[in-house]
Amino acid sequence: MKTHKAKRVVITIEAIMQKRLTDTLEGAGVTGYSILPVLGGSGRSGAWSREGQISRASGMVQVVCIIREERLDGLLEAAFEVVEKHIGVVTITDVEVLRAERF
Amino acid sequence: MTDILDLAATNLLSPVILSFVLGLAAALGRSDLSVPEAAAKALSIYLLFAIGFKGGAAVAANGLDGTLIATLAMGFVLSAVLPFVAFVLLQILTNLSRIDAAAVAGHYGSISIVTFVAATSVLEGRAIPSEGYMVAVAAVMEAPAILSALWLVSTGGSGRRMDGELMREILLNGSIVLLVGSFFIGAITGAEGLASISSFIVAPFTGVLCLFLLDMGLVAGRGLRESRGILNMGAVAFGIIMPVIGSMIGLGAAMVVGLSPGGVALLMVLSASASYIAVPAAMRVALPEANPSVYLTLSLGVTFPFNLTIGIPLYVAVSQAVTGG
Repeated sequence: MKTHKAKRVVITIEAIMQKRLTDTLEGAGVTGYSILPVLGGSGRSGAWSREGQISRASGMVQVVCIIREERLDGLLEAAFEVVEKHIGVVTITDVEVLRAERF
Repeated sequence: MTDILDLAATNLLSPVILSFVLGLAAALGRSDLSVPEAAAKALSIYLLFAIGFKGGAAVAANGLDGTLIATLAMGFVLSAVLPFVAFVLLQILTNLSRIDAAAVAGHYGSISIVTFVAATSVLEGRAIPSEGYMVAVAAVMEAPAILSALWLVSTGGSGRRMDGELMREILLNGSIVLLVGSFFIGAITGAEGLASISSFIVAPFTGVLCLFLLDMGLVAGRGLRESRGILNMGAVAFGIIMPVIGSMIGLGAAMVVGLSPGGVALLMVLSASASYIAVPAAMRVALPEANPSVYLTLSLGVTFPFNLTIGIPLYVAVSQAVTGG
């Protein structure tokens, strides 16, 4: 089956910043993304967990976007505007998709 | 003094406090006991609705008096001023950076609604009446401290980042909307409304509070366990001294306004408590450079357990001793 190259961008960010990030992404024309809950983890600001969380302040989510390569820079510039000063990780990987017209 | 300590010791053995201690001990002992996130959220919605409704119904039953506006205004001023006291104390006791100290200070001007709910439960258990509108005072005290904290940072040369969206999120956060909304429902429907749902919001209240505080104990215990090494002795001392100072300032304010013994105790509790829901969320947006481990651990791991176990009984006893109630 024919596949097409694309980029998968995963932005792990504080839950409280989620809407700001997705609003910015949509403003930059990135309208397709998925949001996943993150169960817990540990990083420079210490360990945290979703279980028993009474506040969204220290919870994290992942925003996953799959886009065509030529749109990557625009997405990253928009994302950087939001994540620059906040806790979070941005990763980019090469992927292949079946229906290129969808991205 | 002996009386105060006796009262404090009696309150420590209530089901509510012992449930919290159980959660704390389970977390510190690395038990796998946990309350699912959605269940904890449902318990908190129940508690906020019940406490707001009962406060509104009490206002409807007793009518409004002139102290309402004065107490609301005093609550606003306390929330705005307490961060400055906390900031000075932090500079004396700790070596936190200006941004971290300002973020922590903001938490101590704002309030912990769970501590407030626990205090109302203690007052009800001891049949000490309080003003129903103290719920509204609690809501008013949530936000001004955040502005004070951002002002403390801006005077240090860093730009503050308060935008309209953040202000909307602070003022319309779920806890405030539910608390104020149920307060108005209670005030509108009055004693009749309360009677129609009292089997749901009055009788099971203390039992639900026990379960919620069990979860809070687990959260506080986990926070403490995972945050070893984050707080030095000076910071821990701040987490215990600041609520006592805050409660004394609250006591003075309550005496000026002329509240009942129960109202005095509640304003002391509000002034002593530190936020761990609204303010951390606002600080993550407005002051991302501040270390969340410091302010969450102090607020949730040190001050919250202190207030719940020692603080509340102490504040209630002091308020009774001072007002003769």
